[in-house]
Amino acid sequence: MSKSEETAKVEKKSAISIFFEEVSQSSLIVPILAIISGLLLGGLLVALSSEDVYTMWTVNPLQAISNGFKAAWESYVTLFTGSFGSPSKIIAAIQSGEGLEIRRAINPIFESLVKSIPYIFAGLAVSLGFRTGLFNIGVEGQIFMGGIFSVWVGYSFTGLPVYIHLPFAFMAGALGGALWGFIPGFLKSKTGGHEVINTIMMNYIAFRLTDWLLREPMKREGSTNPLSPIIEKSAELPRFLADPIRFHLGFFIALAVALLVYWFLFKTKWGFDLRTVGANPHAARYAGMNIVRSTIGAMSLSGALAGMAGANELLGLNHHLSQSFSPGYGFDAIALALLGRNHPLGVVLASLLFGTLRNGATRMQAAAGIPIDIISVMQALILAFIAAPAIIRTIFRLKEPKEAEIGVRVSGWGGS
Amino acid sequence: MTWILECDQITKRFPGVLANDQICFSLEEGEIHGILGENGAGKTTLMNILYGLYHPDEGEIRVRGKSVEIKSTRDAIQAGIGMVHQHFMLIPVFTVTENVMLGDEPTKLGGILDREATAKRILDISSSHGLEIDPSALVSTLPVGVQQRVEIIKLLYREADILIFDEPTSVLTPQEADQLFNIMRSLAESGKSIIFITHKLREVLDIADRITVIRQGQVIGTTTPEDADQSKLASMMVGREVVLEVEKSKAKPTEMTLRVENLKVLDDRNTLAVNGVTFDVLAGEILGVAGVQGNGQTQLVQALTGLRHPVEGRIELLGTDITRGTPRQITELGTAHIPEDRQRDGLVLSYPVTDNMVLNTYYIEPFTEKAVLQEGAMRSNAEALIGAFDIRTPSPEVDVSTLSGGNQQKVIVARELSRPIKLLVAAQPTRGLDVGSIEYMHNRLIEKRDEGVAVLLVSTELDEIMQLSDRIAVMYRGRIVDILAIEDASKESVGLLMAGVHSEDQGV
Repeated sequence: MSKSEETAKVEKKSAISIFFEEVSQSSLIVPILAIISGLLLGGLLVALSSEDVYTMWTVNPLQAISNGFKAAWESYVTLFTGSFGSPSKIIAAIQSGEGLEIRRAINPIFESLVKSIPYIFAGLAVSLGFRTGLFNIGVEGQIFMGGIFSVWVGYSFTGLPVYIHLPFAFMAGALGGALWGFIPGFLKSKTGGHEVINTIMMNYIAFRLTDWLLREPMKREGSTNPLSPIIEKSAELPRFLADPIRFHLGFFIALAVALLVYWFLFKTKWGFDLRTVGANPHAARYAGMNIVRSTIGAMSLSGALAGMAGANELLGLNHHLSQSFSPGYGFDAIALALLGRNHPLGVVLASLLFGTLRNGATRMQAAAGIPIDIISVMQALILAFIAAPAIIRTIFRLKEPKEAEIGVRVSGWGGS
Repeated sequence: MTWILECDQITKRFPGVLANDQICFSLEEGEIHGILGENGAGKTTLMNILYGLYHPDEGEIRVRGKSVEIKSTRDAIQAGIGMVHQHFMLIPVFTVTENVMLGDEPTKLGGILDREATAKRILDISSSHGLEIDPSALVSTLPVGVQQRVEIIKLLYREADILIFDEPTSVLTPQEADQLFNIMRSLAESGKSIIFITHKLREVLDIADRITVIRQGQVIGTTTPEDADQSKLASMMVGREVVLEVEKSKAKPTEMTLRVENLKVLDDRNTLAVNGVTFDVLAGEILGVAGVQGNGQTQLVQALTGLRHPVEGRIELLGTDITRGTPRQITELGTAHIPEDRQRDGLVLSYPVTDNMVLNTYYIEPFTEKAVLQEGAMRSNAEALIGAFDIRTPSPEVDVSTLSGGNQQKVIVARELSRPIKLLVAAQPTRGLDVGSIEYMHNRLIEKRDEGVAVLLVSTELDEIMQLSDRIAVMYRGRIVDILAIEDASKESVGLLMAGVHSEDQGV
């Protein structure tokens, strides 16, 4: 007899009510409802910011409201076609049989995937830290360090075959990030310096280091702009299709790394160490785990994952280092880790969502004139809902999770 | 007969748990009513309902015959219900007066606190009930027994006439407990009605006028001390016959296992919590460390298990110096540790039972091979231990946080005792456990002793120390004031030592 059947007998409840109880208490439902709520509120914002509404308002309020709906609807349609391509265009392109036309029509889907890759790496970086009880806000700086290291290897070494040069450059990126994660990890475990403060400071160092490198040692010859030399062909992440599709190997590396992180965290003794330190450091100490080593290790690994995000962007897309190649992936990643519940699979799904939204937003801005900021607002709303699950639970009248009520405990002082 | 408080068919459900199942219970004016039950029986839930922290799903509460709805602690106080919590709700850096007035501060003109008025009332209350207190003393400077008195005064100050005492003796020495009982009796004589929650059979027989036993959320019955004895109450609580006396043969101590010399350990505030302690434990004996909570036992155990490094002295385990050893080194030398705070140190609550069962052995074969966790081995280990130690859990995969306190403790015991060990350090092993689990726990400790393990038992429960130990070391203010063989120890003599009174001082 299964567990749910047993509960059914004891509690004399219908299977359906148990099903809903289980679903409403599972960890997936809040993120999903948060996304839906974010999208709905975002639509409302589009409607409210639409000029059509205000010009019509004095003439015909009903018409104005319908204009608002129309604006919201249109923007979501463009968002959708921007993210996934327009079905009618794809069909037309396939019928025309022309290669370039087909590639153009299906490009949005691939571009969404391309935009998801840095999110996956960076999201994994943050969630690995969270799992160990560490808040790595330094992912952005670690991304830049990853970028610097990988590009340097990418243009400094010539004549290497792809199968050596590419992994070398990519791993150099991971090393750069790891170094930038190691430092705050070391400071935390040896001096108690809080990683939140130190990683933020390390970000500034990385940003300014990038500026200086691009002005002096890594400056491209003959260029007036702060850009590094272009990397060798042998260090580029290969693309699978002809232009304009930029979809490249990085996507599969990201998935493989996510799988590896999952395996590491949940299937190895080192992962057991890290998770235990994160879940209950007192018990970890009691069980003889080395908190110092776990902290330094987790911060270094987290940094390495962030470094891969930088390497991926530069080896896969830009092919050179510039001052602002990351539009804040490292900060969005904190949100992603929360949305993905610090689980590698969750992070991958959340990254696909964010990548898709970002990509669609770019097209939405171009096609419908909706500012790209709406997408930022929408992302912020989704995250606010995630961070405050109580809001979602109230709106959708979900049951409290089990701990909440039993957790009403009065505690005092006096016990040592 | 007047019922001052009646609970009529109180039912409270938590997801998956029926915490209170149609509880009916009535309190007579001026009586001391003991509520007896195992941990998780629903005593605390019922009291939290009376005190306004929870709402009952069904049922009615009547105070003096009138139905009341208690939505918050404020309502409870209004209805004259007050509670002395197990952990005191006092602010250490405030004076007695300030603590008493907190939440209901009388003010003079212009919103200035009127401390004098409160202090005067405190003195009135203390003289009429025999609760000696200095209203201007800082709470942090008062001994625990006196702090508890402050809690009682707080209730009387708010004119509560139904007083709930939640496990009030757990932090007291036997002598302090006797004083508390005198206070409770005098309160009852002056017309206050008292609910006394406990799991200690002896106390409830000593002091209560009537006793209500709760088991699994239901009232099993109400009796009086005249009609009941310890074994009857115990079987009502547990639902089966319980052997209260531990049967054990005389210890056959053999080789020296743990040797501690002049050990000094600091606590978190950098004061000497353990101040020059010397003792040893032989294989095959139980050394009981008696003492009131907070006399350095916690830090002593932490030093022995590597969780806190001593500042001076030496610890030797089977001839190996472990003074500055890490927890893992000490574990690998054959030490098992049942920690005092099981939820903080002993378990990862968000982990399944399976993972908790290998918390300190996960990294060695068969649980890890080539750095990869062997889930099959971990699971069969958990299944075997769940069977062998009779742990009540729906499956090895559920989070250990969903288990009852007794079963959580069994998870730790199973993990620690299933390894080959030389030394067992058990800190407060039965704290918060019910009668049935305590019996079980005691038998396991004796069993280990008879297998030739050196057992260090640290407990604040004097009964437990007296029952199990072969020798008793009494700790007071960081020192071991005396080590007695069990034959030479009596409850009175150990109780006095726990209070810091050395036998020479009394001229015995």
